[in-house]
Amino acid sequence: MGKKSDDGNLAENKQHFDLSRQLTERGVSRRDFMKFCSAMSAALALPATFAPKIAQALDEVKRPTLVWLEFQSCTGDTEALLRASNPTVAEIILDILSVDYMDTIMAAAGHQAEENRAKIIKEEKGKYIAVVEGSIPLKDDGIYCCIGGRTAVDIAREVCGGAFATIAVGTCASYGGLPAAAPNPTGAVGTKEAVPAATVLNLPGCPLNPDNLTATVVHFLLFKKLPAVDQFGRPLFAYGKKIHDNCERRPHFDAGQYVQIWGDEAHRKGHCLYKMGCKGPETFHNCPTQRYNDRTSWPVASGHGCAGCSQPQFWDTMTPLYRRLPNVPGFGIESTADKIGLGLAAGTAAVFAGHAVVSAMRGEDKMEGKKREDINNG
Amino acid sequence: MSKLKILYVWEIPVRVTHWVNVLAIVTLCITGIFIGHPLSIGKSASGFTMGWIRFLHFTAAYVFAIGLAVRAYWSFVGNKYSNWRAFFPFLTADGRKKAAATFKYYTFIDRDLPHTVGHNAVASTAYFLVFLLYLGMIVTGFTLYSEHAPGGVMHKMLGWITHIFSNQTLRLIHHSFMWLIIGFVINHIYSCWLMDIKERGGIMSSMFSGYKSMEED
Repeated sequence: MGKKSDDGNLAENKQHFDLSRQLTERGVSRRDFMKFCSAMSAALALPATFAPKIAQALDEVKRPTLVWLEFQSCTGDTEALLRASNPTVAEIILDILSVDYMDTIMAAAGHQAEENRAKIIKEEKGKYIAVVEGSIPLKDDGIYCCIGGRTAVDIAREVCGGAFATIAVGTCASYGGLPAAAPNPTGAVGTKEAVPAATVLNLPGCPLNPDNLTATVVHFLLFKKLPAVDQFGRPLFAYGKKIHDNCERRPHFDAGQYVQIWGDEAHRKGHCLYKMGCKGPETFHNCPTQRYNDRTSWPVASGHGCAGCSQPQFWDTMTPLYRRLPNVPGFGIESTADKIGLGLAAGTAAVFAGHAVVSAMRGEDKMEGKKREDINNG
Repeated sequence: MSKLKILYVWEIPVRVTHWVNVLAIVTLCITGIFIGHPLSIGKSASGFTMGWIRFLHFTAAYVFAIGLAVRAYWSFVGNKYSNWRAFFPFLTADGRKKAAATFKYYTFIDRDLPHTVGHNAVASTAYFLVFLLYLGMIVTGFTLYSEHAPGGVMHKMLGWITHIFSNQTLRLIHHSFMWLIIGFVINHIYSCWLMDIKERGGIMSSMFSGYKSMEED
């Protein structure tokens, strides 16, 4: 993330940021940079002709200020961003952002850090971008997550409320995530629910894919606005298609080739994980195309089903992770809906078979097929 | 003894939609169970076994939905036996009396079977409840189906449902309702068979011919 708040000369830094110089210093050729721009236009589903426009936009960029708030999280999203193997172009693009406040990596501490944040909010009101990582607890006035003596919800209201836009990174910040899983002891919610007045863009995933954050930033720098979103506030370029519909194992699904047990021949051959409870058919994310860790791999590629981590309340709704269907409330955990249903159908058949036997023995039922004046008024 | 008459009870749209529903429901259940618990019958990755089975399922779903829509329309323009009022016997005192009598007959409490030309009061109430199951199946099914084209017309119409229920809950409902419908089918075939024997009005053949030999209402 390069220079954040390592000294007090933030304003000076902003004016002197020169992308070309940065690229040269880090040994990134112009050709690599253009390749990155093409990849970004592809990620954003823009025509290839946009690549030079992206390059131009990035060249002329003025550093937007970024405030990164971290609440109830495992820091997995920060990790996903910071663990890039070598200085990639994407990393440098993220350096364009002047990350003036970020709990995990900022040099400033204590009151100094809090002062920095207060200064940004005051001086750049409506211009800076807020990033939220982790869920926000609301129960008992939000006391379960406090930073510098203030509750998470209080900080989020102030920071996100005054921001140009808020990017919720990861499922916790987007929809409450794991801290919000039943019974949700802290009353954790996502950013939009905690601060309804804020403009929030959700980038769920556990963790988020840093490429999607980069693409969102590029979109913002290029068009000066946030990308189009779906009904769950997620950008369509990254969450517009189901994992199942772009999955590299999809041909095996359509053909009828399934892994039956872990480690069987089908599993070794890379067949479809549908029967192992893969939640690709429930989940909207671009994992199959974008992949994780510099596009190295993603869960399904490594032989494990999708857990549905980018869907709201996935921990409650997608479990059990290794079964197709959720458990039926009120029945034992080993009972699936279809086992219960089969029992129900068999039971119904047995009941009516019994009824038939009794009916057959009641040969002399009265008035069948005859008109009954006492019953029929018609 | 009053005279038997040959009564035209089930009009053509009622019979056609009934048998279309039968075919669609059988197809949907068989393909649906396979989709829920597929067998590894694909020989190569270029096969399309599951693809065709899903295609059958979706096509049958459209047929079923259209059949149900036609039948719903007919309940407003058809004869009195097919009218929507026939499905709410509990709204009239006479209907309640008949429902109670039919229920007593079914449960062997009473030997008297009330005279009915169209649906008996218990059956028609069951049909209304089953109609709700059908609606639930159509809504959950098409909501899940619509996700193949996010932002499409169907997804715009039904996507909001995934806000209230998660996909997995919709799937659970879709599976559970199928078993309830299968339970109904067992009940339905048995009851028609029983009534064919006990009423002697030819209820089984009436679903093919439309006619019943009964005293008039």
